[in-house]
Amino acid sequence: MKVPGAWYLALAAALFCIGAVGLLVRRNVLVMFMCVELMLNAVNLTFVTFARMLDDIGGQTAVFFVLVVAAAEVVVGLGIIVSIFRRRAGATADDISFLKG
Amino acid sequence: MIDWAVFAVAAIATLAGALGVVLSTHPVHAALMLVMTLFAVAVLFVAQNAHFLAAVQVIVYAGAIVVLFLFVIMLLGVDKSEDLAAERLKGQRPVAIVAGLCVLSAVLLLARSDWVSGARSTAGSLGDGTDNVQLLARSLFTRYLLAFEITSVLLVIAVVGAVVLVRRSGPMELDQ
Amino acid sequence: MLEAVWLIPALPLTGFLVLLVAGKRLGDPRAGFLATAMMGAAFLTAVIVFFGLMGREGEERVFTQTLFTWINSGSFHVDVAFLVDPLSITMALFVTGVGTLIHLYAVGYMHGDEKFPKFFVYLNLFAFSMLMLVMSNNFLLTFLGWEGVGACSYFLISFWFDRPTAASAGKKAFITNRIGDFGFMVAMFLIFGTVGTLDYVPALAALGNAPEYTASAIGLLLFLGAAGKSAQLPLYVWLPDAMEGPTPVSALIHAATMVTAGVFLMVRINPVLGAAPEVATFIAWVGVLTALFAATIACAQDDIKKVLAYSTISQLGYMFLAVGSGAYAAAIFHMVTHAFFKALLFLGAGSVIHGMHDEQDMKRMGGLRKWMPVTSATFIVGWLAIAGVPPFSGFWSKDDILLNAFDKSPALWAVGLLTALLTAYYMTRQVILVFYGPEKWKTAARPETPAEAHAEPEHEPVAAGAHSDGGSHDPAAAHGAHGDFKPHESPRIMTIPLVILAVLAALGGLLNLPFGGTPLEHWLEPVFGHNLRQVASSGGAKLVLATLAFVTAVLGGMVAATIYRRHRIAEEKVEPRILQRAWLVDELYQKTIAHPGRALSQWLASVFDAKVIDGAVNGVASLVRAGGSRLRVVQSGFVRSYALAVAVGAVAILAFALVRSL
Repeated sequence: MKVPGAWYLALAAALFCIGAVGLLVRRNVLVMFMCVELMLNAVNLTFVTFARMLDDIGGQTAVFFVLVVAAAEVVVGLGIIVSIFRRRAGATADDISFLKG
Repeated sequence: MIDWAVFAVAAIATLAGALGVVLSTHPVHAALMLVMTLFAVAVLFVAQNAHFLAAVQVIVYAGAIVVLFLFVIMLLGVDKSEDLAAERLKGQRPVAIVAGLCVLSAVLLLARSDWVSGARSTAGSLGDGTDNVQLLARSLFTRYLLAFEITSVLLVIAVVGAVVLVRRSGPMELDQ
Repeated sequence: MLEAVWLIPALPLTGFLVLLVAGKRLGDPRAGFLATAMMGAAFLTAVIVFFGLMGREGEERVFTQTLFTWINSGSFHVDVAFLVDPLSITMALFVTGVGTLIHLYAVGYMHGDEKFPKFFVYLNLFAFSMLMLVMSNNFLLTFLGWEGVGACSYFLISFWFDRPTAASAGKKAFITNRIGDFGFMVAMFLIFGTVGTLDYVPALAALGNAPEYTASAIGLLLFLGAAGKSAQLPLYVWLPDAMEGPTPVSALIHAATMVTAGVFLMVRINPVLGAAPEVATFIAWVGVLTALFAATIACAQDDIKKVLAYSTISQLGYMFLAVGSGAYAAAIFHMVTHAFFKALLFLGAGSVIHGMHDEQDMKRMGGLRKWMPVTSATFIVGWLAIAGVPPFSGFWSKDDILLNAFDKSPALWAVGLLTALLTAYYMTRQVILVFYGPEKWKTAARPETPAEAHAEPEHEPVAAGAHSDGGSHDPAAAHGAHGDFKPHESPRIMTIPLVILAVLAALGGLLNLPFGGTPLEHWLEPVFGHNLRQVASSGGAKLVLATLAFVTAVLGGMVAATIYRRHRIAEEKVEPRILQRAWLVDELYQKTIAHPGRALSQWLASVFDAKVIDGAVNGVASLVRAGGSRLRVVQSGFVRSYALAVAVGAVAILAFALVRSL
């Protein structure tokens, strides 16, 4: 018997929350980025689950697009990180506080 | 029976990997934990008859994205361990954890018993799971064609952007 | 014939406008002649209107001509309209008549002044304002004229404005008048609030029946206005200083016309005073005390014009005494005769000043009878009139007032009689010092030749007398002879008005002779109705009072002759410094009002404005800045803090949704 969709959704929620907390707590920029990926994965899982529960291919199509965009995002994001943090070794997110008012 | 076992293992792997990402001191360890999470999620995809997506997940996410992460870690030399115990911003940690728990509990409470409340099969039926690729392709190239095209443009832009961002702006060598 | 009434003020207004535009081109003396012609034409029109009014009977002698609607705002409606009744036409007649004579005189007096055309611009504007004042049919239009004459007075007093004393005298006049104007304005508000209209005819009819406290308030406030304009205690201080202006101005404005506006107003509102007898008594006392007060000061003044200025204040006091006693006809009678003899005296004084090459100190004159025969003859007529010697006009009008005062209260009469004694005394003193006695100008060192007078604008201060200057800007200086100084008679253009006024001063009594049927009183009766005091004394009592008045006048003259002609008593003994300094009233005002006022302004500027008001404004700014600095802390620059805030916000939204769904 198939596992009910609710479990998957609960799991996805938990994964999302772990990713969110990690984003807020970690200082290392790359680890923060990885937490973002965790959150995106949680979203993907949710979409797929709903696609199954509603018998709708649109959910899987959405995941497809999320995947593509996540890839593009990682590319650009890492490019930015490289260009900012190239000069300073061991820099963390807290060191970039130029928006201080 | 087997479904439950698969689910249980995959679920544990997902959560363990996620916790590993968040709690690892070394970025490389975090990246490897991320890979574990990604694989587990791929398994969960398969269990839900999203075969194509599972494959794409492994190839693109685990295969390309994490590799990119590792390249950057190497490039920047961020192999020093982060001191997890210290937290510069006051109250950041407790508030973050509380917020996370609140969100989780809120979502679970909100749903309670009815998780799903939408129209069924608006974009097409899933079928029986054997022709997943065809159905996905059909949906992608008919109903979501515009989004598909735009996404491809987005990829081009991302590539160009990456090249521009990383270029070192040194002095132009003009003919002297 | 009555329709021509609008021409009376329109003619001087035309003169004003023409001279404003083309005055310089017309020049000396054509501008002056134009102005005089306008005044003369206005006088003729007034005569025509007068005859038109005479053609009607008794109560019918009221005619209103409305030109246009001025203000129409809800229930507040005011027209530019003229009220022709015996009172207003009498006023118009003597304003235009005496005014024409003075204009003519001024053409001669101001000859040679570089601002000759401008003088007549102001004079015609003044005439227009004064005529609007007396001929209007409502309080607001009168107030327009009221303010207009005040403004023209300011212009004309400080006509030679590069003299600092003249400039400050003009300011003093305007500001003191303003205090009175405030009373007038509040009175108008009260009138409108009580009656709902500002037109004389309905408003006065209604106010005659108003409750006593309303009528008293209105009466007192209007009296405040009148006190300012007509120089009564305590607002008289501007009139002596106003002598800085050219002598025709002193004659026209500060003797014959503007200062009588206050009396006119009081006479106009006689129903109000009838309904508020206490206020009338108050007015009578203020008037008679002012008369006495000013007379005492006049006894010790050395400047020829200052004596006449205080004399004017004193005579105006008599008019208010009459008003307060309910003797409105007597007040108008005295106003008319006073216009004749005071204008005569002032113009005569101007002639003396002109002939003495700007000398104004009487102690330096003397024996001018020989050198200026016409001036001295006419001046003597004026002297006899003001002193109250029958059969000259002043005797009849003053006696009429004293009779009514006695009927009201013997105390008032006694003070009035004492003032009459002093009046005769100081006027005789003036005549003796100027026209009789040794020729002091021969022996006394002349301060400077007229040539020096041009170079040095300030004269050395003349002994005693409150701030009198020799008129160094007086155009008469242009006639200065070098070498031997001899006084000379004035040109005919100046002496002809003197003669005409002398005749009027001599015969003016005919207007209201008690045994000639009192024509003036009968003429004015419809205006007063039952408010006019009817003296109940017998013919014998009246004769006794009249004789007493005559005897007093003679007595005053004899005392003056004893001191100044026969030198039986030393002059210094009867001219104490405090009288010369006018009871130090100006100094008192400086100390009690001006200095504290200035100190208050200083305090307001440096403390209140700088610290409180600026402090409030700056305080708001600092408050905002402080608030901003506190809020700044939120912008730490740490992306993670921002992210945390987003997370907390998301939690809040979820919680809200949760609560909603429960």
